[in-house]
Amino acid sequence: MCGIVGLHVRNPELHSRLGELLTGMLCAMEDRGADSAGIAVYGNEAWSPAGRATISLIDVGAPAAEVAAALTAELGADVVVTEVGDVLLASADVDPEVLPAAARRRYPHVLVGGFGTDLAVLKGVGRPRDLAQRWGLAAAQGWQGVGHTRMATESAVTPAGAHPYAVGPDQCLVHNGSFSNHATIRRELLAAGVEFDSLNDTEVGARFVAHRLAAGRDVATALTDLTTTFDGFYTLLVSDRNSFAVVRDAIACKPAVIAETGDWVAMASEFRALAHLPGIEDARIWEPEPEVIYAWTRAQEVVTA
Amino acid sequence: MSTTFDLATTPLREVNAALHAPGISGDFVIGNPQGAHNVAVGLDAPVSVTVEGHVGYYAAGMNQRADVTIRGNAGTGLAENMMSGTVHVTGNASQSAGATGRGGLLVVDGDAAARCGISLKGLDVVVGGSVGHMSAFMAQRGRMVVRGDAGDALGDSIYEARLYVRGRVQSLGADCEPKEMRAEHLEELADLLKTAGFEEDDPASYTRYGSARTLYHFHSDNTY
Repeated sequence: MCGIVGLHVRNPELHSRLGELLTGMLCAMEDRGADSAGIAVYGNEAWSPAGRATISLIDVGAPAAEVAAALTAELGADVVVTEVGDVLLASADVDPEVLPAAARRRYPHVLVGGFGTDLAVLKGVGRPRDLAQRWGLAAAQGWQGVGHTRMATESAVTPAGAHPYAVGPDQCLVHNGSFSNHATIRRELLAAGVEFDSLNDTEVGARFVAHRLAAGRDVATALTDLTTTFDGFYTLLVSDRNSFAVVRDAIACKPAVIAETGDWVAMASEFRALAHLPGIEDARIWEPEPEVIYAWTRAQEVVTA
Repeated sequence: MSTTFDLATTPLREVNAALHAPGISGDFVIGNPQGAHNVAVGLDAPVSVTVEGHVGYYAAGMNQRADVTIRGNAGTGLAENMMSGTVHVTGNASQSAGATGRGGLLVVDGDAAARCGISLKGLDVVVGGSVGHMSAFMAQRGRMVVRGDAGDALGDSIYEARLYVRGRVQSLGADCEPKEMRAEHLEELADLLKTAGFEEDDPASYTRYGSARTLYHFHSDNTY
């Protein structure tokens, strides 16, 4: 099963409520997956301070102060580490692209949850409600958030098997479904030099999208490539710091509903996850069509605001 | 005079159990569904139930005799396997609306998504808007009216259900073909449209689709 949720906030007055609204969305989807959960929040200053790059470190096996000192020495820049539940968020005034390699040099077994200039990714094993509480998600602010509740089918119940998969800078992907030809595509990506953290099918999708984006494709084109390359069942929510996109496979048996108002765009596996959003009674609500890419960009909102 | 249940304060099982009370009749309103699954399932009484809001999966499933109106959208499996009575959704329905329905009337004022009327077994379905791909897949009996368009593979592997579509059909499924609108078809379509509240439609503007009956018997060259 699995549940996915996402909220792209247009009205800055709602930025302060992002965490509260995302918590409600995530917990409403607990019935669809209660073995693991994860979230990604864009623009929460407490987790990803402005002007610094941030990386999410999972299963580091070392205390925050030690990690801060080690990464400061590694990067030659002051690193601040914040503990959020079991996840360490390390930030520094560096290019975000250098963070994953630096962390892995010091801690070869670390799981990199995500990295970027505005992104914090938290994921782990446990009930979504308990994890959201542990992370203090309700207090988070920002302009965009996504979440996933997992019922594992394709790989082990571990933090590495939990979504989101945030494998490129400020990128994030969550998935409901299963890819059937992921092993073939994984081999092709491995041959192209791409490295993997898990045996999970969704990670292959995320690495594929990141690989396409790194080659200069835009999000919509990368997702079109995905629909022609991947076989299987999927509803995907793919985001970066400026975009928010939804795509479903041609069979479209995995559910999805989108709601849109002047204040926000929201997506979830089921309407239940959207029922508490402010203004939902006047929202435009629809089910996305198979193999149609729905994308919203923050830049567009900035222009129209 | 109607009885009102508020799903914000009354658990769903209590509401459904109350609607299953022996010998029940009358009018009922269910408020605050908030997308809940299994609202008003398994009814078997001459009751009228109005749900004020959007519902989740399997709403009004297995309905017998009851008239259920959902003032909102419905999730997957709306009115699945309904036996009799009517189910009316004022908004849109997600996939597999009316799946395996055996009797009665299902009306969706808006669009219905993929697999509408899959394995239909005698239910009548009238959709005000369009239906998604694989609608009426393996439909055996009953009628489906689509006032808008139909997606890919309409009526794939259809048996003896009759399909009426006013708009464009993206593609026909295996063994489904357009058929002549004879007088009896115009008459039954007019009757269905009237019952569903769309009597202003001209039945002659619809096309009938049904089984070419080439899959009824085994042929070694029935391959794709």
